[in-house]
Amino acid sequence: MRKLISSGLIGAIFGLGIAISGMANPAKVLNFFDVAGQWDPSLIFVMGGALITTAIGYMLVFGARKKPVFDAEFHLPINKTIDARLISGSALFGVGWGIAGFCPGGAIPALGFGGVSVIAFVGAMLIGIVLARSLDGVRHKPAKAF
Amino acid sequence: METEFTPWMSLFGGVLIGFSAVLLMAFNGRIAGMTGIITGILPPFSSDWPWRIAFLFGAIIAPVLFLTAGGVIPYAVPVPLPLLAFGGLIVGVGVYYGAGCTSGHGVCGMARLSPRSIAATITFMIFTGLTVYVVRHVAGI
Repeated sequence: MRKLISSGLIGAIFGLGIAISGMANPAKVLNFFDVAGQWDPSLIFVMGGALITTAIGYMLVFGARKKPVFDAEFHLPINKTIDARLISGSALFGVGWGIAGFCPGGAIPALGFGGVSVIAFVGAMLIGIVLARSLDGVRHKPAKAF
Repeated sequence: METEFTPWMSLFGGVLIGFSAVLLMAFNGRIAGMTGIITGILPPFSSDWPWRIAFLFGAIIAPVLFLTAGGVIPYAVPVPLPLLAFGGLIVGVGVYYGAGCTSGHGVCGMARLSPRSIAATITFMIFTGLTVYVVRHVAGI
């Protein structure tokens, strides 16, 4: 139960951060990438703020504790290989992000206020994940790496 | 469509995102990656789905409460619906194979200096930029 309450509250901080930062706003996200057009560099500050906070915070957490407060272990990705699967998947994600202006973390917090646009995006994205996973079949066991 | 340059709000929002990533690791031992969190609640369902649902619920409800309390969240979607759905489908397939997105690779993985996450982030940033250029300045949409 404590685990659920903490992840709910932490999810709320995440969602608020996404909404305030502009990551849930496709117009802003697309303008960040549109260096040749209506460039809005705001997202550098989002990434910078998130990255520095997380890097320092992770160092403190891993330095101070052997395990998390409500779990027996830190669930960290074990896969270390940079392969065609990783690169082609990431490239494809980039293409989709560039078309829609939503990324997964930016879209979910917009679901409560973003209307039919974000619902269409998230619906299609969920279908994409399920589709890719079923095409991937059993030969590649997913999830632990996340 | 022009958008206003908002360095302070964006920095503050980014710090909140980072803060949530640190707390999720400290308390639940989990990476705050949206792809991983979502994938666990899709078939075949992960056995630890409850904390994922709780996180998603919090992430969706918080901006609504913020708006209700009088907060402002600038929001505009300059993309037609069919392209949003098409983009969503591609994002879904991409993040599945890429095993992460902006939150998982771009924030959490980069913060751990994971070579996989650094490679993934550089790749999707380049391809997003190229796609926006092609869509806006070549196709003219």
